[in-house]
Amino acid sequence: GGDTPRMGHFNSSLEDHTRDHGFFGYVGIEAVLDQMRHKAMKTGFEFNVMVVGQSGLGKSTLMNTLFKSKVSRKSCTPDYEEKIHKTVHLQSVSHVIEEKGVKMKLTIIDTPGFGDQINNENCWDPIEKYINVQYEEYLKEELSINRKRRIPDTRVHCCVYFLPPSGHWLRPIDVEFMKRLGKIVNIVPVIAKADTLTIEERLEFRDRIKRDLEAYEISVYPQKEYDQDVEDQILNDKIREKIPFAVVGTDKEHQVNGNKILGRKTKWGIIEVENVAHCEFSDLRDLLIRSHLQDLKDITHNIHYETYRVRRLNEIKMNGIGLSPLMLVNSGSEKDDAGNHV
Amino acid sequence: MSQAEKLKQGQFTNPETPGYVGFANLPNQVHRKSVKKGFEFTLMVVGESGLGKSTLINSLFLTDLYPERIIPGAAEKIERTVQIEASTVEIEERGVKLRLTVVDTPGYGDAINSQDCFSTIIAYIDDQFERYLHDESGLNRRHIVDNRVHCCFYFISPLGHGLKPLDVQFMKAIHNKVNVVPVIAKADTLTLRERERLKRRILDEIDEHGIKIYHLPDAESDEDEDFKEQTRILKASIPFAVVGSNQQIEAKGKKVRGRLYPWGVVEVENPEHNDFLKLRTMLITHMQDLQEVTQDLHYENFRSERLKRGGRLSSHGYILPLSPATVVHMKTQHLS
Repeated sequence: GGDTPRMGHFNSSLEDHTRDHGFFGYVGIEAVLDQMRHKAMKTGFEFNVMVVGQSGLGKSTLMNTLFKSKVSRKSCTPDYEEKIHKTVHLQSVSHVIEEKGVKMKLTIIDTPGFGDQINNENCWDPIEKYINVQYEEYLKEELSINRKRRIPDTRVHCCVYFLPPSGHWLRPIDVEFMKRLGKIVNIVPVIAKADTLTIEERLEFRDRIKRDLEAYEISVYPQKEYDQDVEDQILNDKIREKIPFAVVGTDKEHQVNGNKILGRKTKWGIIEVENVAHCEFSDLRDLLIRSHLQDLKDITHNIHYETYRVRRLNEIKMNGIGLSPLMLVNSGSEKDDAGNHV
Repeated sequence: MSQAEKLKQGQFTNPETPGYVGFANLPNQVHRKSVKKGFEFTLMVVGESGLGKSTLINSLFLTDLYPERIIPGAAEKIERTVQIEASTVEIEERGVKLRLTVVDTPGYGDAINSQDCFSTIIAYIDDQFERYLHDESGLNRRHIVDNRVHCCFYFISPLGHGLKPLDVQFMKAIHNKVNVVPVIAKADTLTLRERERLKRRILDEIDEHGIKIYHLPDAESDEDEDFKEQTRILKASIPFAVVGSNQQIEAKGKKVRGRLYPWGVVEVENPEHNDFLKLRTMLITHMQDLQEVTQDLHYENFRSERLKRGGRLSSHGYILPLSPATVVHMKTQHLS
């Protein structure tokens, strides 16, 4: 049939046709985008963040500070007791938060027990498994015959990894964790409780960490290979310069010069969390929420999830046709008549 | 340190209301990505020859998709079966790119016996679904092109007293596969009274025969009044009665797109003369909804039917159906 498209190039000049006809005088393509934006706002967003790090690094406090509400497990569980868990187990807490008409279902996945034992070998296994299980759930729904219009997204969009403020180098557990998990999820490393370090110490620590990351070929967000265009690259290069961010978290407010400021009060001064001269909390917040939230989700969906999917489809294929779900057996070399139904 | 000095040193990134997290910015992030990505939209036009389909398409997008067109004579028409001709235009406006494909169906309704003229069209629609299903199921999904038909303008002749049997049959054959938007062509053949009567007649017949045409979604309660009013007017005007033209006519001291008659000029973009602007507005403001309904309803219907049937997938291989037993197996499978 004649269904090969012919290409034409054209620049619309609807401006020339602006008329005084009320609503219908000028309609632009922008109207499509406005509709999209409106719809996106109505449907709401899901965002799933995992926090990983030893006890006492301020993970829960930082999440509360980031989202300015009590979203962490600590704040939500009655009779919560601080204790060291014998194994790593994962717990997730979800909240729907709303801002200026935009609804977000935020899920924080906590990983108590990570790195807390004497022998921490393989403590990353339950975390790796959790992440993969979310991919598997999504894949199953995507493959089913009568699938949901909006597949519920429980995949981990971002994993914030807390580095203790030792000031030295990455520890073996840090290297092992980030190397493995950097392959399947977006990792954002942060220097926790950074008020223990002076500015100079922070800069040195950061440089050493960056050298380590490069030496061990650890992939952290934003990954250079996923920059879409020059504009992205310039923006992301600036971010890559500054990570890992040195952060401080708190939910306490103090009066400073007549303003209410989030901060930690000590005898030698108040550490202002949102003050960029004091720590890089604002940078982290801007990255995770204000500028790159959608990008974190897109990379998770388009890269990490797709990688998982391809691996799974190939695995299933190799295990034999008898058990295969929906998949394509590519013709060419594999023209078998064997598999019309299970 | 005083407040002024602090601000001067740029220490505070945002002097803002406390409690503001910032994810309200998310729709803007999505917006920016969509602008970068651009849109694809496929519009199919179906109707007998001579109803002004090509002229209307050219008018809608201010483009000339058929520059060297030769209109075939009756002798050639006798031999012709329905063809499918797809043309693609890239429109850019304010940095947003739209890749528009118009699928024309010359030959529809031309033959003396039009009994089978729509099987080609239905096969085309199904083929696009099939291709998308194939791409979506493949291993490399980074650059899937969406050529599915998002909307079908069905042209109704203004000369009859309503729908013809062919109109009814065709619309019933495709209403579960594509969004059908009925359009009364060459509306300048009718007076306004005749138009209203014809519209009512057509709507009655659509109801009577159980034809499912595309329904504009109601405006949400939190939209502004202008938009709500616009939606009301659009809904009340269906089916749109349109006039198209490629010619610029001098009228009332300015150049307008129109048709020059001894008794006056019919202006295409004059809402008092015809519904052309309403049709264009509807198309553009509902482009995204048309895509969504295609994806969520028509495509998903196609997909579930297809998966249940299984078997050969065009020339690309097999689709193995997902039996209930397999689904159960997958649900109980654990990763080791």
